[in-house]
Amino acid sequence: MSPRTYNLKSRTLRKSKPRALIFSGYGLNCEEETKAAFEMAGAAADIIHINDLIAKPALFKQYQIAAFPGGFSYGDDTGSGKAYANRVKRHFGDALDTFLARDTLMIGICNGFQILTSAGILPGALVANDCARYLTRWVDLKVTSNSPWLTGISTLSLPIAHGEGKYFATKDMLAKLKRTGDVALTYVKGETAKHFNLPANPNGAMENIAGITGYKGRVLGMMPHPERAVRFTQLPHWTYLAQGMKKLPAEGPGIALFKNAVRYFA
Amino acid sequence: MAERIMVRAKGTDARADGLLRTLKTLFPRTKLRSVALADAYTIDAALSSAELAWIARSLTNPVIEESSTRTLAPKAFSYCIEIGFLPGVTDNVGNTARETIEDVLGRKMKAEEGVYSSRLLFLSGALSEDAVGRMARELHNPLIERATVISAADVKRRGIPIVVPKVKLHAAGRADEVNLEVDDAKLMQIGKEGVANADGSRRGPLALSLKALKIIRDHFRRKGRNPTDIELESLAQTWSEHCKHTIFADPLDDVQEGIYRRYIKGATQKIRKQKGKKDFCISVFTDNSGGIAFDDKYLVTHKVETHNSPSALDPFGGAITGIVGVNRDALGFGLGAKPIANVYGFCVGDPAGKDTFFRDKALTQPLLPARRILEGVIKGINAGGNQSGIPTPLGFVAVDPRYRGKPLVFAGTVGFLPRKNKNKKLWEKKARAGDYIVMVGGRVGLDGIHGATFSSESLSSGSPATAVQIGDPITQKKLSDAIIREARDKELYTSITDNGAGGLSCSVAEMAKECGLPGQGGCIVELDKVPVKYPGLAPWQIWISESQERMTLAVPKQKWPQFKKLFESRGVEATHIGMFTKKPTCVVRFAGKVVMDMNMSFLHDGRPIESQKSTPVQRAYPEPAPKARSENVAKSLLELLSRPNIASTAFIAEQYDYEVQGTSVTKPLQGRGRVNADAGVLQPLPDSKRGIVLSQGYCPWYSDIDTYTMAAAAVDTAVRNAIAAGASRDYLAILDNFCWSTSNTPERLYELKRSAEALHDVAVAYGTPLISGKDSMFNDFRGFTATGEPIHIAAPPTLLVSALGVIPDVGRAVTLDLKNAGDFLYLIGETNDELGASEYFTMLSERPNNDGHRKSIIGAHVPMVNVRRSAKAYDAISKAIAKGLIASAFPVGRGGLGVVLAKTAIAGQLGIKANLSKLKGNAKQPDGILFSESQGRMILSVRPEHRRAFESLMRGVACTCIGEVTSKPVLAVVVGGKNIRVPVSALTKAYRKTFKNW
Repeated sequence: MSPRTYNLKSRTLRKSKPRALIFSGYGLNCEEETKAAFEMAGAAADIIHINDLIAKPALFKQYQIAAFPGGFSYGDDTGSGKAYANRVKRHFGDALDTFLARDTLMIGICNGFQILTSAGILPGALVANDCARYLTRWVDLKVTSNSPWLTGISTLSLPIAHGEGKYFATKDMLAKLKRTGDVALTYVKGETAKHFNLPANPNGAMENIAGITGYKGRVLGMMPHPERAVRFTQLPHWTYLAQGMKKLPAEGPGIALFKNAVRYFA
Repeated sequence: MAERIMVRAKGTDARADGLLRTLKTLFPRTKLRSVALADAYTIDAALSSAELAWIARSLTNPVIEESSTRTLAPKAFSYCIEIGFLPGVTDNVGNTARETIEDVLGRKMKAEEGVYSSRLLFLSGALSEDAVGRMARELHNPLIERATVISAADVKRRGIPIVVPKVKLHAAGRADEVNLEVDDAKLMQIGKEGVANADGSRRGPLALSLKALKIIRDHFRRKGRNPTDIELESLAQTWSEHCKHTIFADPLDDVQEGIYRRYIKGATQKIRKQKGKKDFCISVFTDNSGGIAFDDKYLVTHKVETHNSPSALDPFGGAITGIVGVNRDALGFGLGAKPIANVYGFCVGDPAGKDTFFRDKALTQPLLPARRILEGVIKGINAGGNQSGIPTPLGFVAVDPRYRGKPLVFAGTVGFLPRKNKNKKLWEKKARAGDYIVMVGGRVGLDGIHGATFSSESLSSGSPATAVQIGDPITQKKLSDAIIREARDKELYTSITDNGAGGLSCSVAEMAKECGLPGQGGCIVELDKVPVKYPGLAPWQIWISESQERMTLAVPKQKWPQFKKLFESRGVEATHIGMFTKKPTCVVRFAGKVVMDMNMSFLHDGRPIESQKSTPVQRAYPEPAPKARSENVAKSLLELLSRPNIASTAFIAEQYDYEVQGTSVTKPLQGRGRVNADAGVLQPLPDSKRGIVLSQGYCPWYSDIDTYTMAAAAVDTAVRNAIAAGASRDYLAILDNFCWSTSNTPERLYELKRSAEALHDVAVAYGTPLISGKDSMFNDFRGFTATGEPIHIAAPPTLLVSALGVIPDVGRAVTLDLKNAGDFLYLIGETNDELGASEYFTMLSERPNNDGHRKSIIGAHVPMVNVRRSAKAYDAISKAIAKGLIASAFPVGRGGLGVVLAKTAIAGQLGIKANLSKLKGNAKQPDGILFSESQGRMILSVRPEHRRAFESLMRGVACTCIGEVTSKPVLAVVVGGKNIRVPVSALTKAYRKTFKNW
């Protein structure tokens, strides 16, 4: 492709690019790679400090997608996601409700998922892993929802990194989640767990739940990190998979979620 | 009035279960049945009951938790232990709770109000108060925490008393004059124990020699007065070994310019000249980190620090402060680099060891057990790195009994920054006269007072507890985001540096040097403006405190309002505390008075230059007797795999987030069998395939025989590890960290000089410039054994070499696991009879001999580095990797060839069929071939279709095809007429055994 046609294409794309708002501040820390993943998928993304939104909640109106990225807001002190969720609820709960009342998408990844549950946007809670320790590894997921975020995906492998990632819900909550088809992602023994001979469920999550949806699938909360799995060379066993390949694939499994979000607004 | 809110889990609590497991491991015969936990928040403020209920709700997740202002104890328990912080210790949970409360109340809490966190453990089972007391001692560190044991009956009768750990200082907030017109003995006492307080107690070590104190006395005589305490403390900080690196700077024997200038800086100068246009060094040795070119738009920086003395006292606090502190060396590089990777290294005593030592003769101050030190430092790096969102792709654990007195805790940070913002070079900085001195980040307290002078001394009972600090990664993260993402690119400041050792006294005086020609530039500081954690601090304390998460910036006057507004909106405190000036004096005012007025040249260059002399040492150890050497090499191999220097430390690697920032290319655990890697590869930019290779090299054990060889092997190991991952010699820089002991003795100085020579020689031969370094010279412990005998434990001379390389395409990176059955296996390099101080001979020497004693029979022949041959081999390997000919690469290190064959098989969960009878080199006996630690070697696997291309690249290199990879998972090796067959499952089990239950 010549640079000229590329420029033309990117200009037309920009016109119709959906805009993603990525929260930052107080110890969230995955906003830059989340931004890169959205941009790679064709969205326009901005990282906005929570205090700038508190000062100007009208900013929300400019966006179709909102992402609470991973991180360690307030150091997990007093319980993961709790203090950040308090700040969100206290200062712009109404603006958030208005945002969700529109036909928008929202994602909470890892600490972002913990914030969504603590703020009551999604049901349940994330508690300390059964191993009582922070854990980094890859997991395999089965998609069990028809959320727009997960269209066309049946299984995928992504990394996790968390200390409090064990999903918990009361009986009633769980029954409701199942009834509405909002159990979105479950841990299964798939490609990476088999390769590294690791258990499917990394943290003891109830019914192997890794992610759930709300608002008719428009809001997705998940412990695994899709933004860390957008390139082939991010896979934990890519040097093994690459054996005998003439050319390495460019993309990793996580990019599919971000592309789905962009496609939703196409 | 203080109130307390308790929060506990409604269902099971994994943390409580974890505690129960820990206590049962520590006390195998305990009658402890269960542990319940509650988190407590003590709020020292006047609140209405409605407000209190509202606060309790915001501190509780109703799905999983419940809370109350009353005691939330389980129905039945025998004892309660409350663990909280001592007054003044950083309480991150308390601080977050305070912010949440302020959010809830919609107002700031008053300065005198406070929120404090504590933890309540309810133990049940038939336990004695004594047994619970022992458990409490295991669960808290008395230097920073308090633990109160209360029986169930007392809880019922009186409740759990509310404790408010508020700091109350009675010291007068003023500067005192220090009389130096005293005799030598008194001067020496001031140097060793510090300035006397009014009550006769001493303020802690200044680490100033008699000679230095006399120079100071004479200087002030000429001024016609005595120094103030703040002036004296300031000089002690600035002149300390920790800050000025006097041992490396001062003349040693005939090395008039000092070993730093001759061997370290000298090596880099030679290499840069040799490299000519290919020189990639941009900013080396002048800034907080060393910086090299990444591409034409970006720079990459690296810095490795140690935090040994604080980690000995509080391993968690020491390590977290170490890692968060070295992050600031990235933030403080140029106008601010973004931290993109952390690395660690822990040198500790045998974690399974049971020996106890005491800091005092009365045997009341025990050293923490070795296991707790390792656990603590692991947790510290975990909290610091994970909470900061910086990946940790690389690290190591080294074990030796001589690290028992003082552990070595290495913490390093790689930084990344654009070369330019518009037309401004971001790697240069210059404070200007008239710029405001601005402190940002945390507040100042008593933490870390005398950190710099303390680490310049050995650990003893006089070591100050205030030297212990606890890092607060979130405060720093807020500060870091504000600098890197916003203030830097808006050009709101002209210079920035870290408040590390010596606190404001060092950072402000360092930056003042920038604003003018040499010999010009000064500062005026108003100490009253510095925000403090609690009232009552004396000016000298504010000036030298090492309270964490602070940086000092030079902000142009007209930018100050914008700067202040930005930092306020990011929840970061920024305070204007003074001004940089043209006049070359450092003036400090407090309460309307000038408390310090010192000439900058005296402050920076007034210290005495010591002429150091060294004495050659030669050490010779016998070779073990033939009958002591192993007949059953397979058994020895399994034993070696379980030794803590070789065994899997996967439990550490996987509790650190190595994926955050999305840059990870090769992981710290590689292959199906998840073997610890010796190098890591990162891709820092999402849209460029260019990568960074990080590796480490250390061989402290060889110091027993020869420190020149130790240092040469450390460099070779770091370079070899980087090459194996895909780096090449032409784009590789290194860093040095010397950790020595008893460095004031001529023998140790000789060993230091020899190791510096080796560092120079090997670095120059490989063309790998040194870009940054640090030293820690007194890793000694002087104390008492359990029977009250005096003991001195000195860390072995240790050099950590860290390598930083740049590669054009991360898609060419190589991991260490065997990939396919049928691949050919090659050994690069010579295998010589070099088992001196090897892991194998060390293991043999630890076995009781015939007479029942353990002896230091560690052998005579330590591995030598042949730089010419190795350089050639490494270049050939780099070429083969660039062409995609290598399926796996495993550098041969500790434990030798046998261990590496086992590890690469474990990693691939594949077998090996190899014949080691015809290797290049002079090792002949089976155990010699398998366990010699000859340098410069690597095991490579090559797909059959690449065999010919690979072999033609290896012409002129010692390269032996030793066999092939098999699908049957067995390590089958013929060596010296012996047939060894070990299933990979047995190797895997041995490799994972040691730290299995950690």
